[in-house]
Amino acid sequence: MGLSLELAQISKAYNGRVILQDCSWTFETGFTHVLMGPNGMGKSTLLRICALLEAPDHGRVNYLGDNRPLAIGLELKRRITLLLPGVGVFNTSVFNNVAYGLKIRGLQRREIEERVGAILEMVGLADKKRQRALELSTGQSKRLGLARAMVLEPEVLFLDEPTASIDQENSEIIERIILEMKEKKRATIIMVTHDPAQARRLGDRLLLIKDGRLWPG
Amino acid sequence: MYTILQGFGSAFRLIIALDPELLKIIWLSLKVSGAALVLAIALGLPLGALLALKRLPLRGLILSLINTGMGLPPVVVGLFVYLLLSRSGPLGFLELLYTPGAMIFAQFILAFPIVTSLSHTAIVNVNPIIRQAAQVLGANPLQEALTVIREARYGIMTGGIAGLGRVTAEVGAVIMVGGNIAGYTRVMTTTIALETDKGNFDLAIALGIILLGLSLLINLAFRAVQRMGRSGSGVVLWD
Ligand SMILES: Nc1ncnc2c1ncn2[C@@H]1O[C@H](COP(=O)(O)OP(=O)(O)OP(=O)(O)O)[C@@H](O)[C@H]1O
Ligand SMILES: [Mg+2]
Repeated sequence: MGLSLELAQISKAYNGRVILQDCSWTFETGFTHVLMGPNGMGKSTLLRICALLEAPDHGRVNYLGDNRPLAIGLELKRRITLLLPGVGVFNTSVFNNVAYGLKIRGLQRREIEERVGAILEMVGLADKKRQRALELSTGQSKRLGLARAMVLEPEVLFLDEPTASIDQENSEIIERIILEMKEKKRATIIMVTHDPAQARRLGDRLLLIKDGRLWPG
Repeated sequence: MYTILQGFGSAFRLIIALDPELLKIIWLSLKVSGAALVLAIALGLPLGALLALKRLPLRGLILSLINTGMGLPPVVVGLFVYLLLSRSGPLGFLELLYTPGAMIFAQFILAFPIVTSLSHTAIVNVNPIIRQAAQVLGANPLQEALTVIREARYGIMTGGIAGLGRVTAEVGAVIMVGGNIAGYTRVMTTTIALETDKGNFDLAIALGIILLGLSLLINLAFRAVQRMGRSGSGVVLWD
Protein backbone atom coordinates (compact mmCIF):
# COMPACT_ATOMS: atom_id res chain seq x y z
CA MET A 1 0.00 0.00 0.00
CA GLY A 2 1.21 3.48 -0.83
CA LEU A 3 4.30 4.68 -2.55
CA SER A 4 7.77 4.57 -1.15
CA LEU A 5 10.75 6.45 -2.40
CA GLU A 6 14.45 5.67 -2.47
CA LEU A 7 17.31 7.81 -3.63
CA ALA A 8 20.24 5.89 -4.98
CA GLN A 9 23.50 7.85 -5.17
CA ILE A 10 22.04 11.04 -6.52
CA SER A 11 24.47 13.69 -7.72
CA LYS A 12 23.72 17.07 -9.17
CA ALA A 13 25.90 19.98 -10.25
CA TYR A 14 24.94 23.37 -11.66
CA ASN A 15 27.46 24.99 -13.97
CA GLY A 16 30.17 22.67 -12.69
CA ARG A 17 29.39 23.41 -9.01
CA VAL A 18 28.47 20.25 -7.15
CA ILE A 19 25.28 20.71 -5.12
CA LEU A 20 24.41 17.11 -4.29
CA GLN A 21 26.89 14.28 -4.13
CA ASP A 22 26.09 10.60 -3.80
CA CYS A 23 22.90 11.14 -1.84
CA SER A 24 21.14 7.92 -0.89
CA TRP A 25 18.10 7.74 1.34
CA THR A 26 14.96 5.75 1.95
CA PHE A 27 11.79 7.64 2.73
CA GLU A 28 9.43 5.25 4.49
CA THR A 29 5.80 5.28 3.50
CA GLY A 30 3.40 7.22 5.67
CA PHE A 31 5.96 9.22 7.64
CA THR A 32 6.71 12.91 7.61
CA HIS A 33 10.35 13.52 6.77
CA VAL A 34 11.78 16.94 7.52
CA LEU A 35 14.80 18.15 5.59
CA MET A 36 16.85 20.94 7.12
CA GLY A 37 20.08 22.72 6.27
CA PRO A 38 21.63 26.10 5.60
CA ASN A 39 20.59 28.29 2.65
CA GLY A 40 21.87 27.26 -0.72
CA MET A 41 22.75 23.71 0.31
CA GLY A 42 20.46 22.10 -2.22
CA LYS A 43 17.26 21.36 -0.32
CA SER A 44 15.00 22.74 -3.03
CA THR A 45 17.13 21.05 -5.66
CA LEU A 46 16.76 17.71 -3.90
CA LEU A 47 12.99 18.15 -3.67
CA ARG A 48 12.71 19.00 -7.38
CA ILE A 49 14.71 15.89 -8.22
CA CYS A 50 12.59 13.70 -5.91
CA ALA A 51 9.40 15.16 -7.39
CA LEU A 52 10.65 14.29 -10.89
CA LEU A 53 10.80 17.90 -12.06
CA GLU A 54 14.48 17.63 -12.77
CA ALA A 55 16.74 14.69 -13.51
CA PRO A 56 19.87 14.09 -11.44
CA ASP A 57 23.23 14.01 -13.22
CA HIS A 58 23.94 10.61 -11.70
CA GLY A 59 22.02 8.14 -9.61
CA ARG A 60 18.38 7.19 -9.55
CA VAL A 61 15.11 8.13 -7.93
CA ASN A 62 13.22 4.90 -7.34
CA TYR A 63 9.54 4.83 -6.58
CA LEU A 64 8.13 1.58 -5.33
CA GLY A 65 4.51 0.50 -5.18
CA ASP A 66 3.80 -2.78 -3.37
CA ASN A 67 7.57 -3.20 -3.31
CA ARG A 68 7.76 -3.21 -7.08
CA PRO A 69 9.69 -0.48 -8.91
CA LEU A 70 7.48 1.87 -10.90
CA ALA A 71 8.26 3.35 -14.29
CA ILE A 72 8.92 7.09 -14.23
CA GLY A 73 6.11 8.58 -16.29
CA LEU A 74 2.99 10.68 -16.20
CA GLU A 75 1.03 8.01 -14.32
CA LEU A 76 3.52 8.04 -11.46
CA LYS A 77 3.89 11.83 -11.57
CA ARG A 78 0.16 12.13 -11.00
CA ARG A 79 0.45 10.26 -7.70
CA ILE A 80 2.92 12.76 -6.22
CA THR A 81 3.10 16.53 -6.04
CA LEU A 82 5.30 19.37 -4.83
CA LEU A 83 4.38 22.68 -3.26
CA LEU A 84 6.96 25.01 -4.80
CA PRO A 85 8.45 27.65 -2.50
CA GLY A 86 7.08 30.32 -4.84
CA VAL A 87 3.76 28.46 -5.38
CA GLY A 88 3.32 29.58 -9.02
CA VAL A 89 -0.21 30.96 -8.86
CA PHE A 90 -2.01 30.86 -12.21
CA ASN A 91 -3.60 34.10 -13.38
CA THR A 92 -7.18 32.95 -12.98
CA SER A 93 -9.68 32.56 -10.16
CA VAL A 94 -8.90 30.84 -6.88
CA PHE A 95 -11.34 28.10 -7.86
CA ASN A 96 -9.69 27.48 -11.22
CA ASN A 97 -6.28 27.31 -9.60
CA VAL A 98 -7.36 24.58 -7.22
CA ALA A 99 -9.40 22.78 -9.89
CA TYR A 100 -6.46 22.73 -12.32
CA GLY A 101 -5.04 19.32 -11.45
CA LEU A 102 -8.49 17.73 -11.39
CA LYS A 103 -9.46 19.23 -14.74
CA ILE A 104 -6.37 17.97 -16.49
CA ARG A 105 -7.08 14.53 -15.06
CA GLY A 106 -10.45 14.69 -16.79
CA LEU A 107 -12.68 14.54 -13.73
CA GLN A 108 -16.39 15.34 -13.93
CA ARG A 109 -17.42 18.89 -13.23
CA ARG A 110 -19.57 17.99 -10.24
CA GLU A 111 -16.82 16.03 -8.53
CA ILE A 112 -14.38 18.87 -9.16
CA GLU A 113 -16.75 21.39 -7.58
CA GLU A 114 -17.26 19.22 -4.54
CA ARG A 115 -13.61 18.47 -3.93
CA VAL A 116 -12.43 22.02 -4.56
CA GLY A 117 -15.19 23.40 -2.33
CA ALA A 118 -14.20 21.10 0.53
CA ILE A 119 -10.49 21.91 0.28
CA LEU A 120 -11.10 25.66 0.10
CA GLU A 121 -13.18 25.34 3.25
CA MET A 122 -10.29 23.54 4.90
CA VAL A 123 -7.66 26.17 4.04
CA GLY A 124 -10.03 29.03 4.83
CA LEU A 125 -10.31 30.42 1.31
CA ALA A 126 -13.93 29.44 0.64
CA ASP A 127 -15.06 33.07 0.55
CA LYS A 128 -12.36 33.89 -2.01
CA LYS A 129 -13.41 31.18 -4.47
CA ARG A 130 -14.33 33.56 -7.32
CA GLN A 131 -11.59 36.07 -6.61
CA ARG A 132 -8.59 36.55 -8.87
CA ALA A 133 -5.85 34.42 -7.36
CA LEU A 134 -3.10 36.95 -8.08
CA GLU A 135 -4.80 39.32 -5.67
CA LEU A 136 -4.21 37.02 -2.70
CA SER A 137 -1.61 37.91 -0.08
CA THR A 138 1.55 35.83 0.26
CA GLY A 139 0.09 33.76 3.09
CA GLN A 140 -3.16 33.21 1.24
CA SER A 141 -1.19 32.23 -1.87
CA LYS A 142 0.66 29.60 0.13
CA ARG A 143 -2.64 28.20 1.39
CA LEU A 144 -3.91 28.23 -2.17
CA GLY A 145 -0.82 26.28 -3.22
CA LEU A 146 -1.39 23.78 -0.45
CA ALA A 147 -5.04 23.38 -1.44
CA ARG A 148 -4.08 22.95 -5.08
CA ALA A 149 -1.67 20.17 -4.11
CA MET A 150 -3.88 18.46 -1.54
CA VAL A 151 -6.98 18.32 -3.66
CA LEU A 152 -5.09 15.78 -5.77
CA GLU A 153 -4.76 13.49 -2.72
CA PRO A 154 -1.12 12.71 -3.53
CA GLU A 155 0.50 9.65 -2.06
CA VAL A 156 3.76 11.54 -1.70
CA LEU A 157 3.62 15.25 -0.92
CA PHE A 158 6.71 17.44 -1.10
CA LEU A 159 6.53 20.77 0.69
CA ASP A 160 9.27 23.35 0.17
CA GLU A 161 9.12 25.81 3.08
CA PRO A 162 5.33 25.80 3.34
CA THR A 163 5.28 28.41 6.13
CA ALA A 164 8.16 30.68 5.08
CA SER A 165 7.11 34.33 5.47
CA ILE A 166 3.74 33.35 6.93
CA ASP A 167 2.37 34.78 10.16
CA GLN A 168 1.85 32.64 13.24
CA GLU A 169 -1.88 32.18 12.81
CA ASN A 170 -1.59 31.06 9.20
CA SER A 171 1.40 28.86 10.00
CA GLU A 172 -0.75 27.07 12.54
CA ILE A 173 -3.49 26.59 9.97
CA ILE A 174 -1.00 25.19 7.50
CA GLU A 175 0.58 22.87 10.07
CA ARG A 176 -2.84 21.56 11.05
CA ILE A 177 -3.60 20.82 7.41
CA ILE A 178 -0.31 19.01 6.97
CA LEU A 179 -1.01 16.86 10.01
CA GLU A 180 -4.49 16.08 8.78
CA MET A 181 -3.09 15.11 5.40
CA LYS A 182 -0.81 12.63 7.07
CA GLU A 183 -3.33 11.18 9.48
CA LYS A 184 -6.37 10.92 7.24
CA LYS A 185 -4.76 10.22 3.88
CA ARG A 186 -1.67 8.39 5.14
CA ALA A 187 0.42 10.37 2.69
CA THR A 188 4.20 10.33 2.79
CA ILE A 189 5.31 13.90 3.39
CA ILE A 190 8.76 15.25 2.69
CA MET A 191 9.17 18.84 3.73
CA VAL A 192 11.82 21.52 4.03
CA THR A 193 11.74 24.02 6.87
CA HIS A 194 14.13 26.37 8.65
CA ASP A 195 12.12 26.24 11.87
CA PRO A 196 13.43 23.58 14.34
CA ALA A 197 10.27 23.80 16.45
CA GLN A 198 8.14 23.13 13.42
CA ALA A 199 10.40 20.24 12.49
CA ARG A 200 9.79 18.73 15.94
CA ARG A 201 6.04 19.30 15.75
CA LEU A 202 5.55 17.79 12.32
CA GLY A 203 8.45 15.50 11.64
CA ASP A 204 8.75 11.78 12.32
CA ARG A 205 12.17 11.68 10.72
CA LEU A 206 14.73 14.42 10.41
CA LEU A 207 17.46 14.60 7.81
CA LEU A 208 20.13 17.23 7.38
CA ILE A 209 21.89 18.36 4.27
CA LYS A 210 25.40 19.68 4.36
CA ASP A 211 28.14 19.94 1.74
CA GLY A 212 26.20 17.92 -0.77
CA ARG A 213 25.44 15.02 1.54
CA LEU A 214 22.50 13.80 3.59
CA TRP A 215 22.80 12.97 7.27
CA PRO A 216 20.26 11.55 9.70
CA GLY A 217 19.19 14.21 12.21
CA MET B 1 -14.68 78.09 -52.19
CA TYR B 2 -14.47 74.84 -50.32
CA THR B 3 -13.60 75.31 -46.71
CA ILE B 4 -12.44 72.67 -44.28
CA LEU B 5 -15.42 73.57 -42.12
CA GLN B 6 -17.83 72.86 -44.97
CA GLY B 7 -16.02 69.57 -45.53
CA PHE B 8 -16.52 68.53 -41.94
CA GLY B 9 -20.17 69.53 -42.14
CA SER B 10 -20.85 67.35 -45.15
CA ALA B 11 -18.77 64.56 -43.70
CA PHE B 12 -20.85 64.50 -40.53
CA ARG B 13 -24.01 64.52 -42.60
CA LEU B 14 -22.74 61.44 -44.49
CA ILE B 15 -21.97 59.68 -41.25
CA ILE B 16 -25.25 60.56 -39.57
CA ALA B 17 -27.27 59.62 -42.65
CA LEU B 18 -25.47 56.25 -42.67
CA ASP B 19 -24.60 56.78 -46.30
CA PRO B 20 -24.73 53.36 -48.01
CA GLU B 21 -21.48 53.88 -49.92
CA LEU B 22 -19.74 54.89 -46.73
CA LEU B 23 -21.10 51.86 -44.86
CA LYS B 24 -20.08 49.52 -47.63
CA ILE B 25 -16.51 50.79 -47.56
CA ILE B 26 -16.31 50.56 -43.79
CA TRP B 27 -17.75 47.06 -43.81
CA LEU B 28 -15.25 45.86 -46.44
CA SER B 29 -12.37 47.40 -44.46
CA LEU B 30 -13.44 45.57 -41.34
CA LYS B 31 -13.91 42.30 -43.20
CA VAL B 32 -10.53 42.45 -44.94
CA SER B 33 -8.58 43.50 -41.86
CA GLY B 34 -10.52 41.12 -39.62
CA ALA B 35 -9.89 38.16 -41.89
CA ALA B 36 -6.20 39.06 -42.19
CA LEU B 37 -5.94 39.26 -38.41
CA VAL B 38 -7.68 35.93 -37.87
CA LEU B 39 -5.26 34.27 -40.29
CA ALA B 40 -2.29 36.01 -38.69
CA ILE B 41 -3.33 34.76 -35.26
CA ALA B 42 -4.12 31.26 -36.51
CA LEU B 43 -0.59 30.89 -37.87
CA GLY B 44 1.39 33.40 -35.83
CA LEU B 45 0.34 32.29 -32.36
CA PRO B 46 1.32 28.62 -32.83
CA LEU B 47 4.61 29.67 -34.44
CA GLY B 48 5.35 32.16 -31.66
CA ALA B 49 4.51 29.50 -29.08
CA LEU B 50 6.72 26.89 -30.74
CA LEU B 51 9.62 29.33 -30.89
CA ALA B 52 9.10 30.20 -27.23
CA LEU B 53 8.61 26.70 -25.84
CA LYS B 54 10.74 24.41 -27.99
CA ARG B 55 14.40 24.51 -28.85
CA LEU B 56 13.84 24.59 -32.58
CA PRO B 57 16.82 24.55 -34.93
CA LEU B 58 17.41 27.95 -36.58
CA ARG B 59 15.30 29.59 -33.89
CA GLY B 60 17.52 32.68 -33.75
CA LEU B 61 17.41 33.12 -37.50
CA ILE B 62 13.63 32.72 -37.67
CA LEU B 63 13.18 35.27 -34.89
CA SER B 64 15.44 37.75 -36.66
CA LEU B 65 13.48 37.32 -39.87
CA ILE B 66 10.19 37.82 -38.06
CA ASN B 67 11.44 40.91 -36.27
CA THR B 68 12.60 42.33 -39.58
CA GLY B 69 9.15 41.59 -40.97
CA MET B 70 7.57 43.79 -38.32
CA GLY B 71 9.02 46.83 -40.02
CA LEU B 72 8.26 45.87 -43.62
CA PRO B 73 7.05 48.88 -45.61
CA PRO B 74 3.50 48.14 -46.82
CA VAL B 75 4.37 49.09 -50.41
CA VAL B 76 7.11 46.47 -50.44
CA VAL B 77 4.58 43.90 -49.24
CA GLY B 78 2.21 45.17 -51.93
CA LEU B 79 4.85 44.71 -54.58
CA PHE B 80 5.76 41.24 -53.34
CA VAL B 81 2.14 40.07 -53.16
CA TYR B 82 1.45 41.64 -56.57
CA LEU B 83 4.31 39.67 -58.12
CA LEU B 84 3.12 36.47 -56.45
CA LEU B 85 -0.48 36.91 -57.57
CA SER B 86 0.00 38.46 -61.02
CA ARG B 87 -1.02 36.29 -63.93
CA SER B 88 2.53 35.12 -64.61
CA GLY B 89 3.41 34.79 -60.92
CA PRO B 90 3.64 31.51 -58.98
CA LEU B 91 0.17 32.01 -57.44
CA GLY B 92 -1.37 33.56 -60.56
CA PHE B 93 -3.62 30.56 -61.07
CA LEU B 94 -5.58 31.59 -57.96
CA GLU B 95 -6.80 34.66 -59.87
CA LEU B 96 -6.80 36.68 -56.67
CA LEU B 97 -5.24 39.91 -57.91
CA TYR B 98 -7.63 42.88 -57.59
CA THR B 99 -9.98 40.97 -55.29
CA PRO B 100 -10.58 41.33 -51.54
CA GLY B 101 -8.74 37.99 -51.23
CA ALA B 102 -5.53 39.63 -52.42
CA MET B 103 -6.00 42.41 -49.89
CA ILE B 104 -6.46 39.92 -47.09
CA PHE B 105 -3.31 38.13 -48.22
CA ALA B 106 -1.28 41.37 -48.19
CA GLN B 107 -2.58 42.48 -44.82
CA PHE B 108 -1.98 39.01 -43.42
CA ILE B 109 1.68 39.34 -44.38
CA LEU B 110 1.81 42.70 -42.60
CA ALA B 111 0.14 41.45 -39.42
CA PHE B 112 1.77 38.02 -39.20
CA PRO B 113 5.24 39.12 -37.98
CA ILE B 114 3.73 41.40 -35.34
CA VAL B 115 1.39 38.73 -34.00
CA THR B 116 4.13 36.09 -34.06
CA SER B 117 6.75 38.25 -32.45
CA LEU B 118 4.53 39.63 -29.70
CA SER B 119 3.12 36.15 -28.95
CA HIS B 120 6.66 34.84 -28.70
CA THR B 121 7.70 37.64 -26.36
CA ALA B 122 4.62 37.22 -24.20
CA ILE B 123 5.13 33.46 -23.85
CA VAL B 124 8.89 33.68 -23.24
CA ASN B 125 8.24 36.16 -20.46
CA VAL B 126 5.90 33.90 -18.52
CA ASN B 127 7.60 33.14 -15.21
CA PRO B 128 9.24 29.66 -15.41
CA ILE B 129 7.53 28.72 -12.16
CA ILE B 130 4.23 28.48 -14.07
CA ARG B 131 5.64 25.66 -16.13
CA GLN B 132 6.89 23.91 -13.01
CA ALA B 133 3.56 24.39 -11.28
CA ALA B 134 1.77 22.80 -14.25
CA GLN B 135 4.21 19.89 -14.14
CA VAL B 136 3.89 19.18 -10.44
CA LEU B 137 0.12 19.26 -10.77
CA GLY B 138 0.30 16.49 -13.34
CA ALA B 139 0.10 18.24 -16.70
CA ASN B 140 1.21 16.31 -19.75
CA PRO B 141 3.51 18.17 -22.17
CA LEU B 142 0.60 19.57 -24.23
CA GLN B 143 -1.34 20.69 -21.16
CA GLU B 144 1.82 22.25 -19.81
CA ALA B 145 2.34 24.25 -23.03
CA LEU B 146 -1.30 25.36 -23.09
CA THR B 147 -1.05 26.50 -19.48
CA VAL B 148 1.98 28.66 -20.23
CA ILE B 149 0.28 30.08 -23.34
CA ARG B 150 -2.82 30.87 -21.30
CA GLU B 151 -0.73 32.78 -18.77
CA ALA B 152 0.53 34.89 -21.69
CA ARG B 153 -2.97 35.63 -23.00
CA TYR B 154 -2.97 39.36 -22.36
CA GLY B 155 0.38 39.80 -24.07
CA ILE B 156 -0.90 37.72 -26.99
CA MET B 157 -4.03 39.86 -27.18
CA THR B 158 -1.98 43.05 -27.30
CA GLY B 159 -0.10 41.45 -30.20
CA GLY B 160 -3.37 40.88 -32.02
CA ILE B 161 -4.52 44.43 -31.39
CA ALA B 162 -1.18 45.85 -32.54
CA GLY B 163 -1.51 43.77 -35.72
CA LEU B 164 -5.02 45.09 -36.28
CA GLY B 165 -3.80 48.64 -35.77
CA ARG B 166 -1.15 48.17 -38.40
CA VAL B 167 -3.40 46.71 -41.09
CA THR B 168 -6.34 49.05 -40.66
CA ALA B 169 -4.07 52.08 -41.08
CA GLU B 170 -2.04 51.00 -44.09
CA VAL B 171 -2.82 51.98 -47.64
CA GLY B 172 0.19 51.02 -49.76
CA ALA B 173 -0.30 47.28 -49.90
CA VAL B 174 -4.07 47.10 -50.39
CA ILE B 175 -4.12 49.74 -53.10
CA MET B 176 -1.51 47.83 -55.11
CA VAL B 177 -3.07 44.40 -54.90
CA GLY B 178 -6.72 45.43 -54.55
CA GLY B 179 -6.74 48.04 -57.27
CA ASN B 180 -9.17 50.32 -55.42
CA ILE B 181 -12.15 49.22 -57.52
CA ALA B 182 -15.32 51.08 -56.55
CA GLY B 183 -17.84 48.86 -54.79
CA TYR B 184 -15.48 45.91 -54.76
CA THR B 185 -12.03 46.52 -53.33
CA ARG B 186 -12.22 50.03 -51.94
CA VAL B 187 -11.48 50.25 -48.25
CA MET B 188 -11.27 53.27 -45.99
CA THR B 189 -7.63 54.15 -46.51
CA THR B 190 -7.63 53.68 -50.28
CA THR B 191 -10.84 55.67 -50.64
CA ILE B 192 -9.36 58.54 -48.67
CA ALA B 193 -6.32 58.55 -50.95
CA LEU B 194 -8.41 58.46 -54.11
CA GLU B 195 -11.14 60.93 -53.14
CA THR B 196 -8.56 63.43 -51.92
CA ASP B 197 -6.84 63.11 -55.24
CA LYS B 198 -10.14 63.80 -57.03
CA GLY B 199 -10.88 66.80 -54.83
CA ASN B 200 -13.92 65.09 -53.35
CA PHE B 201 -13.20 65.80 -49.70
CA ASP B 202 -16.57 65.03 -48.08
CA LEU B 203 -16.25 61.27 -48.28
CA ALA B 204 -12.52 61.44 -47.52
CA ILE B 205 -13.07 63.46 -44.36
CA ALA B 206 -15.95 61.25 -43.25
CA LEU B 207 -13.77 58.16 -43.63
CA GLY B 208 -10.87 59.94 -41.98
CA ILE B 209 -13.01 60.63 -38.93
CA ILE B 210 -14.15 57.03 -38.77
CA LEU B 211 -10.64 55.71 -39.19
CA LEU B 212 -9.44 57.97 -36.40
CA GLY B 213 -12.27 56.73 -34.21
CA LEU B 214 -11.31 53.15 -35.00
CA SER B 215 -7.67 53.87 -34.13
CA LEU B 216 -8.79 55.37 -30.88
CA LEU B 217 -10.87 52.30 -30.10
CA ILE B 218 -7.98 50.01 -30.95
CA ASN B 219 -5.71 52.03 -28.69
CA LEU B 220 -8.19 51.96 -25.86
CA ALA B 221 -8.54 48.21 -26.24
CA PHE B 222 -4.77 47.86 -26.28
CA ARG B 223 -4.40 49.75 -23.03
CA ALA B 224 -7.33 48.00 -21.39
CA VAL B 225 -5.82 44.60 -22.16
CA GLN B 226 -2.44 45.71 -20.86
CA ARG B 227 -4.08 46.86 -17.66
CA MET B 228 -5.92 43.57 -17.26
CA GLY B 229 -2.66 41.68 -17.69
CA ARG B 230 -0.87 43.57 -14.98
CA SER B 231 -0.58 41.18 -12.08
CA GLY B 232 -1.89 41.72 -8.59
CA SER B 233 -0.09 41.71 -5.27
CA GLY B 234 -0.09 37.97 -4.66
CA VAL B 235 2.46 37.00 -7.28
CA VAL B 236 5.10 34.92 -5.64
CA LEU B 237 8.28 34.97 -7.61
CA TRP B 238 10.55 32.02 -8.07
CA ASP B 239 13.60 32.35 -5.79
N1 LIG C 1 18.38 26.11 -11.98
C1 LIG C 1 19.54 26.42 -11.39
N2 LIG C 1 20.59 26.82 -12.12
C2 LIG C 1 21.78 27.12 -11.55
N3 LIG C 1 22.01 27.04 -10.24
C3 LIG C 1 21.01 26.65 -9.45
C4 LIG C 1 19.72 26.33 -9.98
N4 LIG C 1 18.92 25.97 -8.96
C5 LIG C 1 19.67 26.08 -7.84
N5 LIG C 1 20.92 26.47 -8.12
C6 LIG C 1 22.02 26.65 -7.17
O1 LIG C 1 22.12 25.48 -6.39
C7 LIG C 1 22.38 25.78 -5.04
C8 LIG C 1 21.31 25.12 -4.16
O2 LIG C 1 20.08 25.78 -4.37
P1 LIG C 1 18.75 25.35 -3.62
O3 LIG C 1 17.71 26.27 -4.06
O4 LIG C 1 18.53 23.91 -3.84
O5 LIG C 1 19.17 25.62 -2.11
P2 LIG C 1 18.26 25.52 -0.80
O6 LIG C 1 18.94 24.59 0.11
O7 LIG C 1 16.86 25.22 -1.17
O8 LIG C 1 18.39 27.00 -0.23
P3 LIG C 1 17.31 27.89 0.57
O9 LIG C 1 17.36 27.46 2.01
O10 LIG C 1 17.83 29.27 0.41
O11 LIG C 1 15.98 27.68 -0.06
C9 LIG C 1 22.39 27.29 -4.92
O12 LIG C 1 23.74 27.71 -4.90
C10 LIG C 1 21.72 27.77 -6.18
O13 LIG C 1 22.28 28.97 -6.58
MG1 LIG D 1 15.08 26.31 -1.10
